[in-house]
Amino acid sequence: MSDTLSLQAQPRVEAVRAPSRRRRLSEGARSERRLGWALCSPAAVIMLAVTAYPLAYAVYLSLERYDLRFPRQSHFVGYANYQAVLTSGFWWHDFLVTVVITAASVSIEFILGMVFALMMHRTIVGRNALRTAILIPYGIVTVVAAFSWQYAWTPATGYLAGLLPSSAAPLTNTWQAVGIIILAEVWKTTPFMALLLLAGLALVPNDLLNAAKMDGASAWQRFVRITLPLMKPAILVAVLFRTLDAFRIFDNIYILTQGAHGTGSVSILGYDNLFEALNLGIGSAISVLIFIAVGIIAFVMIRGFGTAVPGSENL
Amino acid sequence: MRRRKLAWGGADLVVLAWVAFPVWWIVALSFKDPSTITDGSFWPTKWTLQNYEGIFKTSQFLLALRNSIGIAVISTVVAVVFASLAAYAIARLRFPGKKVLIGVSLLIAMFPQISLVTPLFNIERVIGLFNTWGGLIIPYIAFGLPFAIYTLAAFFREIPWELEKAAKVDGATPMQAFVRVVAPLAAPGVATSAILVFVVTWNEFLLAISLTSTTASRTVPAALAFFTGASQFQNPIGSIAAAAVIITIPIVFFVLFFQRRIIAGLTSGAVKG
Repeated sequence: MSDTLSLQAQPRVEAVRAPSRRRRLSEGARSERRLGWALCSPAAVIMLAVTAYPLAYAVYLSLERYDLRFPRQSHFVGYANYQAVLTSGFWWHDFLVTVVITAASVSIEFILGMVFALMMHRTIVGRNALRTAILIPYGIVTVVAAFSWQYAWTPATGYLAGLLPSSAAPLTNTWQAVGIIILAEVWKTTPFMALLLLAGLALVPNDLLNAAKMDGASAWQRFVRITLPLMKPAILVAVLFRTLDAFRIFDNIYILTQGAHGTGSVSILGYDNLFEALNLGIGSAISVLIFIAVGIIAFVMIRGFGTAVPGSENL
Repeated sequence: MRRRKLAWGGADLVVLAWVAFPVWWIVALSFKDPSTITDGSFWPTKWTLQNYEGIFKTSQFLLALRNSIGIAVISTVVAVVFASLAAYAIARLRFPGKKVLIGVSLLIAMFPQISLVTPLFNIERVIGLFNTWGGLIIPYIAFGLPFAIYTLAAFFREIPWELEKAAKVDGATPMQAFVRVVAPLAAPGVATSAILVFVVTWNEFLLAISLTSTTASRTVPAALAFFTGASQFQNPIGSIAAAAVIITIPIVFFVLFFQRRIIAGLTSGAVKG
């Protein structure tokens, strides 16, 4: 664009200065641009190398019959892997388990996280100690916490199992085990939810709450009519993050039940197809389906509920 | 007033119990004598250090600990350096593609890792990265970067950059201005993002069990899942509990000392002020 401009301008002597100044200006902008790209390139290259390329490769693998036990017999099979997965009862059962775990843990976490956030915001006793305590599960390695829950619910060994009738073995019953998985997930990730909600709470102006109080609004009315609506952006971001995170649940299930007794999530199913069945084609098809599901959830939440993408506004 | 304080104190205690239960339970198991480990008691009836001695006697745990520390430290350092460069550019420079970069990193933060396990497993086997430190470090950097870029960009936006200019006007060289003025202002943000990346990396499990096969590169969370105890006839619960307690210590330390920073870092990306 600027090249053609300067070419046209060349014959006219008095216009020569203008393009050259424009070029000098854009020289500064251009070097800023180059510096920007140069500074971002290491991060961008490594992020794309680890995600974009393998994802494309996963799509390719999902269209192949590729069994690690017979790598020589690999060949293109089109949609056959997807057909095999989508017509299998295992996929739909595990999909249902994943949806139940996601929905239950995000809802419970939201309520518990809101309680924690309000406590951190309002408490008059041990504010710092409370914040530190609430943060602890965030730091604990998921696998460590999962082992703790597993041993706690194992008959004889476990303290919590000891509180149940003596014949109970909750980790061997599908929906009881799913309940324990949800408990472990809620325990581990509530701090994250609580912190994001706390950040939202900090944005609610105190004057407004006091004014409402003067006008005779009850605590509950103030919370529902003022605090919640003003917190909406923070709530949507927290729920979006946690929903996408819960949908890929793996660590807790792997340690607690290994996906036995029908407690597997879609991530566990994908893992088993790769490392137990050694079937890269089917495993990849499952991987791609999970990616599509996550994409749909994100799209619906961002478009449907107007969740703002964090960081996009302060550019 | 006193009543309100009591009520708040009571509520605090309930939260504390909820948070502490699983932590205490694994600690209690780690101190139980092998003969009493399956007795289900809340307090160990027979205390012992045997479980800790056991895991430090075999190489299984020590090698995993070495891998965990090495991989987490290298990934954290590289991710924070790369993220600092990118975050500086995002906060300070004007260039096209900025939004794309932020969008891509947000996507990666929410990426279902299982979607990458199959292809990464196959690619790493072909290029010889499977079961090496590098095979874990490279994906860990990629997954640490989004959070680091977020927190750092938010911090860098808050830095009063006029100070840098003022220092230069006062005769400081660019190097001096950076070392004396900019670096001290940026340090808290860099430390915060380093802690967050370290916690994520230290925690990681799915890739750690998928992309490793021996003690050469298996990290502690992965090793725990394959733990067999000091001898194969021994119940591994005590060993697993002891190892679990040890890898929890650095994290609890971070949380206790950097509580404020972690909270600031975790919330910086999410709040639009």
